[in-house]
Amino acid sequence: MDLINNLMLGFGIAFTLQNLAYAFGGALLGTLIGVLPGLGPVATIAMLLPSIYALDATPALIMLAGIYYGAQYGGSTTAILINVPGESSSVVTAIDGYQMARKGRAGAALAAAGLGSFFAGCVGTIIIAAFAPPLTELAFKFGPAEYFSLMVLGLIGAVVLASGSLVKAICMIVLGLLLGQINTDVISGVPRYSFDIPELTDGIGFVAIAMGIFGFGEIISNLGQPAENREVFTKDVKGLWPTKQDFKNAWPAVLRGTALGSILGVLPGGGALLASFAAYTVEKKMRMKPGEVPFGKGNIRGVAGPESANNAGAQTSFIPMLTLGIPPNAVMALMVGAMTIKGIQPGPQVMTSNPELFWGLIASMWVGNAMLVILNLPLIGIWIKLLTVPYRFLFPAIMSFCCIGLYTLNNNAFDVYMGAGFAVVGYLFYKLGCEPAPLLLGFILGPMMEENLRRALLLSRGDWTTFMTRPLSASLLIAAFLMIVIVMLPSIKNKRQAAFKDAD
Amino acid sequence: MKIKSEKDFWSGLMFIVVGVAFAWGATAYKFGSSARPGPGYFPFGLAILMAVLGGIILFKALTFEVEGGDKIGRWAWKPLTTITATVAIFGWMLPHMGMFVALPILIFVAALAGDEFRWKETIISAAVLTSGCWIVFIYGLQLTIPLWPAFLVR
Repeated sequence: MDLINNLMLGFGIAFTLQNLAYAFGGALLGTLIGVLPGLGPVATIAMLLPSIYALDATPALIMLAGIYYGAQYGGSTTAILINVPGESSSVVTAIDGYQMARKGRAGAALAAAGLGSFFAGCVGTIIIAAFAPPLTELAFKFGPAEYFSLMVLGLIGAVVLASGSLVKAICMIVLGLLLGQINTDVISGVPRYSFDIPELTDGIGFVAIAMGIFGFGEIISNLGQPAENREVFTKDVKGLWPTKQDFKNAWPAVLRGTALGSILGVLPGGGALLASFAAYTVEKKMRMKPGEVPFGKGNIRGVAGPESANNAGAQTSFIPMLTLGIPPNAVMALMVGAMTIKGIQPGPQVMTSNPELFWGLIASMWVGNAMLVILNLPLIGIWIKLLTVPYRFLFPAIMSFCCIGLYTLNNNAFDVYMGAGFAVVGYLFYKLGCEPAPLLLGFILGPMMEENLRRALLLSRGDWTTFMTRPLSASLLIAAFLMIVIVMLPSIKNKRQAAFKDAD
Repeated sequence: MKIKSEKDFWSGLMFIVVGVAFAWGATAYKFGSSARPGPGYFPFGLAILMAVLGGIILFKALTFEVEGGDKIGRWAWKPLTTITATVAIFGWMLPHMGMFVALPILIFVAALAGDEFRWKETIISAAVLTSGCWIVFIYGLQLTIPLWPAFLVR
């Protein structure tokens, strides 16, 4: 069987000592970062991008994937222990997880999150292995018009996930697309918006934007708050394992969460956050067993369901990236960046041109997940210790790493200056309540989107209806339109606000 | 005319200004036609779209009442200027003065941005971070970063 053969090839690659070490290193680093407030996976991967020059493509991507999972785990750890979601997708986990921790059941919550995620990760790996090839076949049917519509759908998906105003989020995407226009036009070779600065004709470095806005901008806004609001408190975690009753309650939630997460993760722009939110909603709608703790008061299903969904979604969100080259979220966008740094054009041809990279990565996803369980369950106590590092030590460290990372990007100070500029922009966004994540997606997709739009228009001789007459393209655009309508409906709007209220 | 939501008012204004600027910039490039779109085609359309959306935000900020007025609040001028300046200074220092000078300076100036500056701690963290960066970037990843001031090495 093809699937088995492919997986064997993948595991053969993942189980080399070197790649195991990178998977472990990535998972460890990711967990460390996920637990540290203010340093998200986006900033870390951005930081490590330059160092990827020194590595081969496969170990580099394996390590980045490890960081991604690790950050998801670490993020839920802080969400449960101190009500600070280290990552946007663990926002929902904080609702019931923190309540469990307050009742001294942090161990049970952490174990449920860890084991649920591991299960979801296993299922997600199988789903990728089984469905990535057929999905890739589909990808070959995509012309420029379909790609354009798919990107519209992906960008609208990013809007749905942003917590604030819908119009503002769309504006941020458009701004990102516009920033992506600062480059040399691929078709005519005209440098655009470069003001005769040679560095700008290559476009703004993605890392400079990500680090400036997320890394430095966040430091500025954190320092702008009084120290009391910033300080992080820890509690003793007692009793690692959930009770039998907990297992009984949690398992169905894990199954439902995994199914939901696997489906939603595939949608470009959907990803882990949407999955965890949907899973929480589903769990809440399910009938309560007698004697169960109500939701919002520390129900274990409210932790297990969203956490599994989140991890399954994180897993399957690799599908659009590996097969179509379309990043579903900012972390994936950075992975695409890493691929292009290594000279690999992300897209359907990756599977045939670099099979060892493709299947090796899939196998190491499972390895990474297994490592996270091994790492996290016994080491929970140590992760909490790390949280006690005062912020005044933390932020100079973050800045040192970011600045050196920026310089090594091109061995040029220009990127560092850009980072400084975007630090101001990032703080401005924070002050004006504009969420920067959609901007990043727009920036990554901008050049691709323009190329496909112009190609589609060339092919159709300037006929804009081409996007609606081709069935695949039309259905993608309709899906994007429906997404906007759904978000505008008042009931969902309220739920969105309620779900994101704790995130602020 | 009263501003109902401060955050939305200013962000709407920002989107309009940036949109108009990009659209004006796009007129310098060939627009082409829909059948043969030129380099100015896509950015011009996007910029106009953003300006229009910015207008909607601005309009909403002036008409719909928001609880608490969505105040922007005080600007954190000290961290903003210090952090930005630190990064920019580092950008100039690193190629000229080398990592062993630039990094401790970065850490010191950055630490000043916080409200809990202590000499002893900062010296220790500067030492630890500089050696840490050396281990990670120079020893571990073998990156070529200038280490000492250019005039000393030459």
